[in-house]
Formats: sequence, C-alpha cells, structure tokens
Amino acid sequence: MPIEALLFVLLVVLALAIAHMRDLFAAAMLFSIFSLLSAGMFTLMDAVDVAFTEAAVGAGISTVLILGTLALTSNEERNGPFRLTPLLVCLGLGATLIYGTRDLPVYGDPGAVVHHHVAPEYIEGSHNIHIPNVVTTVLASYRGYDTFGETTVVFTAGLGVLLLLGGAARRRDPEEEAAPQATSEVTS
Amino acid sequence: MKQHMRMQDKIILRLGAKFLVPFILLFAFYVQFHGDFGPGGGFQAGVIAAAAFVLYGLIFGLDTAQKVVPKSWLEKGMAIGVLVYGGTGVATMLLGGNFLEYDVLHHHNGQHYGIIAVEAGVGIAVTCTMTLLYYLFAERGRR
Amino acid sequence: MSLDQWHHIGSIALLCTGLYIVISRDNLVKKMMGLNIFQVAVIFFYVTMGKVTGGTAPIIPADAHGHEVLYSNPIPHVLMLTAIVVGVATTALGLSLIVRIQEAYGTAEEDEIVRLDLEEIG
Repeated sequence: MPIEALLFVLLVVLALAIAHMRDLFAAAMLFSIFSLLSAGMFTLMDAVDVAFTEAAVGAGISTVLILGTLALTSNEERNGPFRLTPLLVCLGLGATLIYGTRDLPVYGDPGAVVHHHVAPEYIEGSHNIHIPNVVTTVLASYRGYDTFGETTVVFTAGLGVLLLLGGAARRRDPEEEAAPQATSEVTS
Repeated sequence: MKQHMRMQDKIILRLGAKFLVPFILLFAFYVQFHGDFGPGGGFQAGVIAAAAFVLYGLIFGLDTAQKVVPKSWLEKGMAIGVLVYGGTGVATMLLGGNFLEYDVLHHHNGQHYGIIAVEAGVGIAVTCTMTLLYYLFAERGRR
Repeated sequence: MSLDQWHHIGSIALLCTGLYIVISRDNLVKKMMGLNIFQVAVIFFYVTMGKVTGGTAPIIPADAHGHEVLYSNPIPHVLMLTAIVVGVATTALGLSLIVRIQEAYGTAEEDEIVRLDLEEIG
C-alpha cells in the first residue's frame, strides 16, 4: 500500500481528535494541521492546484475566521452527554457506503472510465492553444460558465456576511452589555 | 485569547511581518500571472494576497490595516472582480462571438487574453472578499 | 473487504467522522468544523479518483508533443479547486450566523438555544 494510505490513517486520527476535543482553540489549531496535511496528500495525488488552494484556504483563512468566531463566542465547549444514536447512524452509513464503492475502480487505475471521456480531449486542447497548465484551461475556458458561477457565489457570500456582521451589534440581556469591554482588548 | 502584551509591542512579530508581507504579495502576483504555466490562478492568488493583508492586520492592528486597504475599496473591489469576469463575456459577445468565447478577442492568442482577463477578475473578487471577511469578524470583536 | 479500495475507505471514514461531529455535538462552531471535515472527505473522494498510476500533474512540459506523457485526470482538480474557495465563503457565512446567534441568545450551544426558544413560547 502506498504512503497515501498511511497518511489517510493520520488524517482520520486527527479528525477523531477534533471530535474528542472540548477546548475549541486547540480544535481549531488541529483543524489547521488537518488542512495542511491534506494539502500535502493532494500533492502526492498530482493535484497541485487543489493542494495550493487547500494550503492557503484551509490552513490560513479558514483558521483565522474560526479563531475570530471563537473570540466572539466561547473558547470552551460545554460537556454534553454521550449519545449512542449518532455513532450508530455514522457507522451504519459508513458500512453502506463502503459496500457501495466495492465496484468502483482501484486507486490509480489508468483504465478507469473517468479517464477516457473528456479528459484526453481537454489535455489535447490545452496543448493546442499553448497553455501548459490544463487545470487553468479547463477552469477558465472549457468551464468558464462554471467558474463565473463560483465567483458569483464568493461575491454573494461576502455580501451576506457584510449584511450580517456589518451593521450595529444588538444584545439581548442587560448583563451582556458589560461584555464589550472584555472583548475589545482581543483585537486591539 | 487574553494577551499580557499588546501585539504592537512584540518586536520579532513586527519585524517578521514587515519583512514577509511584501514577499507574500509578490508571490501572489506570481501565482496570478504564472497560472497559465504552472500551478496557480486567480483563486489561489486571491487567497494568498488576502493572507498578506490578514497578517498585516493581525500584527499592526485593524486600524492600520484599514488605512492601507480601506473597507470601501474592498466592497467595490468585490463587485469589480465579478464585473471584470462578466464584462469579458459581454466583450466577446460584442465582438460577435458567444458569451466567454475568447477566440474572437485576437486572431491568434484569443484564448490567452481571455483567460488572463477572467483570472484577473477572479483574483480581484477573491482578494477583496477574503480580506473583507477578516475585517468584518475582527471589527465585530471590538464592539 | 478488499484493501485495494483503501482510498474510498479513507474518504468514507473521514466523511463519517465529519458527519458524527455535525450530528452529535451541540456547539455550533464545532459543527462548522465537522462540516469542513465532511467537505475535505468529499474532495478526497474526487481527487483520488483522478489519480493515474505513473501519471504526473496535468501541466504539459514545454518539450512535449502529443500523448507521450501520462497525466492524472485534470477534471476532478478543477471541480474541487472551485469547491474549496466556495466552501470557505459559505463557512464564513455560517460563522457569521453563529456570531449573530451568540449575540441574540448569549450562547452558541444548540440545546440551550432550543431551551430558550421553548421558554419564550410557553
């Protein structure tokens, strides 16, 4: 088995550690490491562009946003009761999905159906217009409408956050009014 | 995240950030314009440029960062990025092609020009959105 | 169960862990982290499908002509690249909703929020 399989075990262990942690600050840090490790694995799987994005987004911006939210909410997760039903649901779902993937091609199989439809055509086309990075060609030219949609989604999400957080803060309880003095030192 | 020392007083962080920010921005531009030839493109470049502004804001404070990149620029930049992308499509339509059919832009290098224009739009939109997200979360914390 | 399918088993294990965090934890920030792990699992499912043994990253070298170089499949990469950026934008939207919920209810724990809502009704 290749090294990717071993790293997958490490990723799952990290995910379980995030599930187990009650200290949310530590969980956010582990989440950052999780993203960086998955970026490394994407590089091993030849997906350099995906790895690039995941390293910048997951380990960088996402973590900053989660930490920003933690500064505004609570650093500690309350200890809840252990629940059996979610665990059983997840194990059942996992078993069903693994049963469902048994017919799929093995890792790295060059004869798999996905590699013989439009992919060779995209690589050939990219070569013909002299743009070496096939991912850029597909992203901006072949699937230009798709990327236009994605950019609009990013814009809309930014607009949504602006509407939600850009206005004045309103607090529910009188004792909560004392809170701003405590939190104002975090960012300054 | 209680701090005993203000972030502005930490000399190593200040110097390190001052040293790193220009290089991060330069790298972002490299990723943006070298995206045709190597790994990279508008999405990655946008996030890296935003990371430079976020680092600057974290170390030197939100007010200083907002003097460098005001919030109103970012709000406009978000829309401008999407408009550059859509505008490229409209331009190809005006030149007689379909929406986003780059071949009509230039008889030989149309695809190149189209892809650079579109990636520039993506880069502007993503940079502005990500930096604005950081500003909004950080501003909320000081109220 | 054959271990040839380890890449699918790995993705599914990650997916189930993410889903477990989302449905078993009450803290809303923890739920967002779970959703992100879920998203990474789906991205892995796609990217592992695009890998070709002996292939290289889909960037054509300057001296290549035609088909003599074997590349991994670029299509999953393109789809997942945009999915990651859209994912962080939607994560930010979710986190900002959590901030507003915290300001309105004074807590980010789901069971507390439900309890406060029930008190208000009855």
